[in-house]
Amino acid sequence: MKILLIDDSKTMRNIQRSVLAQLGHTTVEEACDGQDALSKVGAYKPDLILVDWNMPNMDGLTFVKTFRQTNKTTPMIMVTTEAEKARVIEAIKAGVNNYVVKPFTPDLLSQRINETLAKCQSAQAA
Amino acid sequence: MDPQYIKPFIASIQNVFSTMMQLPVTVKAPKIKDNPSTTYDVSGIIGLSGDVVGSVVLSFPKDTAERIVSLLTGSPMTADSPDFADAIGEIVNMVSGGAKASFAGKKVSISCPSVVVGPGHKVAKQHDAPTIVIPCATDCGEVAIEVTIQTADAAVTAKAA
Repeated sequence: MKILLIDDSKTMRNIQRSVLAQLGHTTVEEACDGQDALSKVGAYKPDLILVDWNMPNMDGLTFVKTFRQTNKTTPMIMVTTEAEKARVIEAIKAGVNNYVVKPFTPDLLSQRINETLAKCQSAQAA
Repeated sequence: MDPQYIKPFIASIQNVFSTMMQLPVTVKAPKIKDNPSTTYDVSGIIGLSGDVVGSVVLSFPKDTAERIVSLLTGSPMTADSPDFADAIGEIVNMVSGGAKASFAGKKVSISCPSVVVGPGHKVAKQHDAPTIVIPCATDCGEVAIEVTIQTADAAVTAKAA
């Protein structure tokens, strides 16, 4: 499984990469903002995207909206400090499949990744 | 400053430090800051805009900051590391983001973080609001949250006066 991590913080990308490794996912590409992600996503063709919200150049919400114009199915999880209910609704409406608020425990992120993949796989199989 | 804007920072730093670093935080009594220099040598800085404006500075002694980012990243890290500022920035990002979620009914955006390292530096404030310092103690050392915020309405009124 190919995973794209989008976060302007290398520290946060490393933390998430470590959780993914514990789940057995080691094929991971990184992007430092939405613009960088858009330049990589076409060639990389990820099976799962983890995207931060607040980033320079292009924020995560703009990335999600842009990406969803051409790709309706790749599972996306927003991993962000934006915890307000209105923000969560905005992100879901834009096209993310799940939402994780920072700070998070490795167990919580693992759980959200597993449930998102399971939900998206069963939706595609239906 | 309305206490409703201070309590969320206390809850947020305790949540961030315990969740990400398994590091309990003891909070002492907040006080008004009377010195323009930051409390300690390392500052993680976030700007707030929208219905509430101002800045948040997470201030650490250098050795405390090094211990805390080492816990966050899971490997020893000194202030000379190229990733040190990124890690400090992510901590102040999480603390500020968690706090602003508790500003009831207010729509607030946070900036990308900046980090300054060096003794005696000052963070210029764009607003007239007083700075409240929240002293915190951890097993890694002392940390201070410096909060200088006011509602956007109050900022406009202060500028007009």
